[in-house]
Amino acid sequence: MSDESSVSEAVFAGEGAVDVERRSRGPLAVALRRLLRKKIAVAALIFIGVFYFCGLFAPVVAPRSYTDQNLDAVQQGPSLSHPLGTDTLGRDMLSRVIWASRTTAMVTIATLLTGGLVLSVGLGLLAGYAGGKIDTVIMRVGDVFFGLPALPMLIMINATVGARVRGWGWLGAIEKGLRIDGFPDYVVIFGALSLFFWVGGARIIRSQVLALRETEYVTAARAMGASTWRIIWQHLLPNVSNIVIVSLSASLGAIAGTEIMLSWFGVGVQPPTPSFGAMLYEGGSIRTLQANPHLLLVPGAIVAGLIFSFNLLGDALTDVLTPHAR
Amino acid sequence: MQGLLPYVVRRLLWAPVILLAVSFIAFAITRFGPGDPLRVAMGQYSDPAALQRVRHEEGLDKPFFEQYGIYLKNLAHGKLGESFTYRNRDVSEVIFPRIWVSARLGLVALLIIFAVGVPLGVFAALRQGTWADPFSISVFLFLQSVPVLITVPLMLLVFVLKLHWLPAAGWGGLFDKRIVMPALALSLPGIAGIARLTRATTLSVLREDYVRTARAKGLHEFTVISRHVVRNSLLPLVTVVGISLATLVEGAFFAETLLGIPGIGKLTFDSVQGRDYNIILALALVLCSAFIIANIVIDVAYTIIDPRVRYERRKLG
Repeated sequence: MSDESSVSEAVFAGEGAVDVERRSRGPLAVALRRLLRKKIAVAALIFIGVFYFCGLFAPVVAPRSYTDQNLDAVQQGPSLSHPLGTDTLGRDMLSRVIWASRTTAMVTIATLLTGGLVLSVGLGLLAGYAGGKIDTVIMRVGDVFFGLPALPMLIMINATVGARVRGWGWLGAIEKGLRIDGFPDYVVIFGALSLFFWVGGARIIRSQVLALRETEYVTAARAMGASTWRIIWQHLLPNVSNIVIVSLSASLGAIAGTEIMLSWFGVGVQPPTPSFGAMLYEGGSIRTLQANPHLLLVPGAIVAGLIFSFNLLGDALTDVLTPHAR
Repeated sequence: MQGLLPYVVRRLLWAPVILLAVSFIAFAITRFGPGDPLRVAMGQYSDPAALQRVRHEEGLDKPFFEQYGIYLKNLAHGKLGESFTYRNRDVSEVIFPRIWVSARLGLVALLIIFAVGVPLGVFAALRQGTWADPFSISVFLFLQSVPVLITVPLMLLVFVLKLHWLPAAGWGGLFDKRIVMPALALSLPGIAGIARLTRATTLSVLREDYVRTARAKGLHEFTVISRHVVRNSLLPLVTVVGISLATLVEGAFFAETLLGIPGIGKLTFDSVQGRDYNIILALALVLCSAFIIANIVIDVAYTIIDPRVRYERRKLG
């Protein structure tokens, strides 16, 4: 779909017009405008925005606490006081879903910042620009992680090392201080996730930097005596930013999905902190399905919607940011 | 294809190093993690003296590096050790029948993925510009987005509880109706992925000069599509077989655990719960070996399909 739109744009606007537009607004602003022209991408953005808003401001948004029980109203279908029904312990499903989205929101953001930005961009730039031994070491370590089946390894790490990390006192102190329930769990999950999610991005960035390093403007900058940091910051980073955004948006759905899988296995976020994985596990047993299918359908629909939105957005961003690629 | 053989040899020489690293990580994780396989195996009323004795027999009271050394020595002799939960049975006895189950299930899913995904993708590409194309792409993307741990319960709800077509769980081999749900659950995301990719490659082939030539010389449209378009758009697909395998392994965890299929997915689940060290380690090693071999095969397939790809200058990375 997008091929056509970018082609037609080039036809109608002509090369010069595109250039002028770029100079006046900056490439990212232009990309954003193009993105907002796609209706599906806007719909996906709205879904993701609402999800993250509810998640990050769960204490304010959620009508009840995730532990509040009303034992007179267990396993109820949707009603006015409980729009999404209640679970087997009489807890409000709407509130639980909102609190569960907090878990997913926090873990994805933390993984994105550590594994996605710091590790993958940092190591990719370093490997590509420094070359030699540093490059070999980074890429070989990446090979090891890439060669491993990620999910089984993540399950093992979370099942074994996780319990030890959860016992660290200072993590509990942060949990109390910041009032983020389940903080140690978040640290375990995003720590393990970022170990595995940096490799793909780092490889792409490295290969780009390898090519950019040989360009004339980098040689010119170096000849003028620019420091390594200046070259990386001013010349390389802006040129890989599009690819960074595309590879990050492509992995967001996978990160969210993996967090949910880990919690489903019982090695992710621990109860009573709600998570979609645990809710899907409880709702997915055949007895629960028989009596209360809404316990599966409510979290299932939201999870499917979220990952779908991430993938739609990722596709749209790929079209907008890499118009040359077919 | 000069330089291909040294490349493969280099990769194969590198494989044991990766496996050694994996075995060390997995070994450390199991030994330093919480939980004790013997306590799990002995249950609630264990006798401390017996616990000590078995611990000594199994060598679990030795220092960490000595234990790892013994493990490697046994591994070099092809011994994977004994299972802790299935007493007196060798690990290989436990895991290889399970792998056989998972492999057959995965193969069926893989066949369905390509048999359904490729025609769907070609169909979507040929309908470009009509409503069917964006519609089918959205449906594909949606199917790819729904995790297996949601599709399986949904299928249970529809096929078992509402329609009463299928039994809820179990495994009876390839020609048993109980294979329908796991095979469907495993193949749906793959079908969607292959269909999207086939659509993309078909669209780029449709723009090629030789397709125009074929049409210009008056060939029937069906011949053009089947001989010239589909054949050329299939080539890049070989490279994603590896990715499909990875997603299959991932999906198998959930499908097998939810549907009670005695494959490696369920075995992993059970042995992580039961802290069965030797089975966890063996599974990690077997899965990683499979991944490494699959990656090498795919890289070689690249060069055979596309002679422009060369690996001589891979010293950089």
